[in-house]
Amino acid sequence: MNLTYFLFFICIIVCTLIITYWAAKRSKTTNRFYTAAGSLTGFQNGMAIAGDFISAASFLGIVGTIAINGYDGFLYSIGFLVSYLIVLFLIAEPVHRLGTYSLGDVICSRFPGDNMRWLMAIGAFTISILYMIPQLVASGFLLRLLLDIDYSISVVIIGGLMTIYVVFGGMVATSWVQIVKTVVLMSGTFMLSLIVFSNFNWNTADLIERVKEGTPLGGEFFLPGHLFENPVEFLSLQLALIFGTAGLPHILIRLFTVRNTLEVRRSLISSTWIIGLFYLMTLILGLGTVALLGYHTMIEADPTGNLAAPLLAKEVGGDFLLAFISAIAFTTIVAVVAGLVISATTAFSHDIYHHIIKKGKSTEKEQLRAARWTALGIGLISTLFALRLETINVTFLVSMTFIVAAASNFPVLLLTIYWRRFNQIGAISGMASGLAASLILVVLGPHIMNPDGGWIAREAVISLHNPGIIAIPIGFLGAYLGTVFSPKQSQTEAEFRRFFKKSQTGIESRGDSA
Amino acid sequence: MNGEHERIEEHREDEIDFVEVEKSSQFKSFMEGKRKFIIPMSIFFLVFYFLLPLFTSYTTFLNTPVFGDITWVWVFAFAQFVMVWVLSTIYVKRAASFDDEADQIIEDQIKQGGNS
Repeated sequence: MNLTYFLFFICIIVCTLIITYWAAKRSKTTNRFYTAAGSLTGFQNGMAIAGDFISAASFLGIVGTIAINGYDGFLYSIGFLVSYLIVLFLIAEPVHRLGTYSLGDVICSRFPGDNMRWLMAIGAFTISILYMIPQLVASGFLLRLLLDIDYSISVVIIGGLMTIYVVFGGMVATSWVQIVKTVVLMSGTFMLSLIVFSNFNWNTADLIERVKEGTPLGGEFFLPGHLFENPVEFLSLQLALIFGTAGLPHILIRLFTVRNTLEVRRSLISSTWIIGLFYLMTLILGLGTVALLGYHTMIEADPTGNLAAPLLAKEVGGDFLLAFISAIAFTTIVAVVAGLVISATTAFSHDIYHHIIKKGKSTEKEQLRAARWTALGIGLISTLFALRLETINVTFLVSMTFIVAAASNFPVLLLTIYWRRFNQIGAISGMASGLAASLILVVLGPHIMNPDGGWIAREAVISLHNPGIIAIPIGFLGAYLGTVFSPKQSQTEAEFRRFFKKSQTGIESRGDSA
Repeated sequence: MNGEHERIEEHREDEIDFVEVEKSSQFKSFMEGKRKFIIPMSIFFLVFYFLLPLFTSYTTFLNTPVFGDITWVWVFAFAQFVMVWVLSTIYVKRAASFDDEADQIIEDQIKQGGNS
């Protein structure tokens, strides 16, 4: 590892640790630990949401996918962006009004009870862990490729950092690490995009010509139809992307970190601008890679295309720019995994420990201690898992997370907020069937059952890599049937009225909005 | 501070008759306005979004050029970005007026609750 790389990485690590130190002094209450006491402004939270959402898979993966597949790679990223309209229009404000720290709070404000809370906590916990493990594994490979350091050392560094941020700094540190990440990520990709354009004297037509020369697809590069053979597969993936965000616990708990619904809306509008501009820039970087390096150079370095952005940086800016882009990728990873640690921690220490085991009676001090120990435990265990998984391909877990979120959390949240007849049995059966359906369908699908190299070496029962198109309706159906066939309405009209008014107007929770 | 806040909430809950709130024409028109805004908008953006992958998967007519080398698939794709930004701006604008209405409802109901 040469000195440039070393300096960039030390700089990032020191900066984030200073943030954590500063945040640790302010994380003395549970409110601060879980939600930064609602102290973020809308714009800051918008940056943090973008920082939570844009994973290394987005940054490196989408640039590579565009460089390999052209138009379809770009279309892939649009689903991530449009999913924020669902969050903004249907989910965000009710979630903010109803919950305090976790998604369990939101659902249990209508359907109180240990069973419901267990299920919500398990759902949030599973989603966060399933999403975190592949990120950690990918980060190990990435650092090894970029810096030539050992896989296990990279995993331990990233796992250690995310644990330190959350254990000591809670949500305050996590938020600010994510904000810093968004700032460096956006400025880095912006700079790289400008450099790409300047290489073609700011002439887009020249860039397009060179792309056509650089890719084996030729002019076809700019037309759809290269990423997926099967249109149903593509639609199924889009469904999971669109509805998945509105069920991701680590994104939704960020809605508690602002003061009122006005700031919630400001958060989301800022994040849609940041995420949208980011995906437009990944398009430029994808085109730039093909135009300046050519398809074959990129594939030789890494057949998955994940190294497209770093290679482009090296081509146009030498070692210095490559070091900068690598540092950005590193920051991107630690910010995302820290967000996942705090979301899994909240599900465990707030929902399971505080509400279920201690019946909501543990003291402030006990809760805070439980939260810190939980974060430490989650950080350690996930790091150990990631270390063991070096040789196993776990990237499919990322798309699976979106399917699980879209098939279990999303239907239950939507129906809890809007459907008058919905009841607790429906909510439980919806969660359970969505969760089970997505897990079973993935196991029966080609990720696991594959004659060459699958965990089960047989022909897949379900041919879809992304079974969202089946799993999401099953989640909704489970919720509907559970409600219709449950013996008696377990909730009175008056209770729903009270809940509905609270979710729509914030009546009785208005104390926070002045 | 949190404890204090919860106490205020409980205090308010006692005062508000939720059945009354729901029956009030004020609340009904508030919900009606919200519904008329959110449902058509949500249907619109879902349809607008899914038309793009449906068209690119099952048809090729979007592959024809609009001007020069730019084809309709690119125009439609960029239109998605514009749609997201425009709709979220409209939502934020509209929601501010919903907030005012909601505040008004809460204020009125608390006053009434005090009188009865």
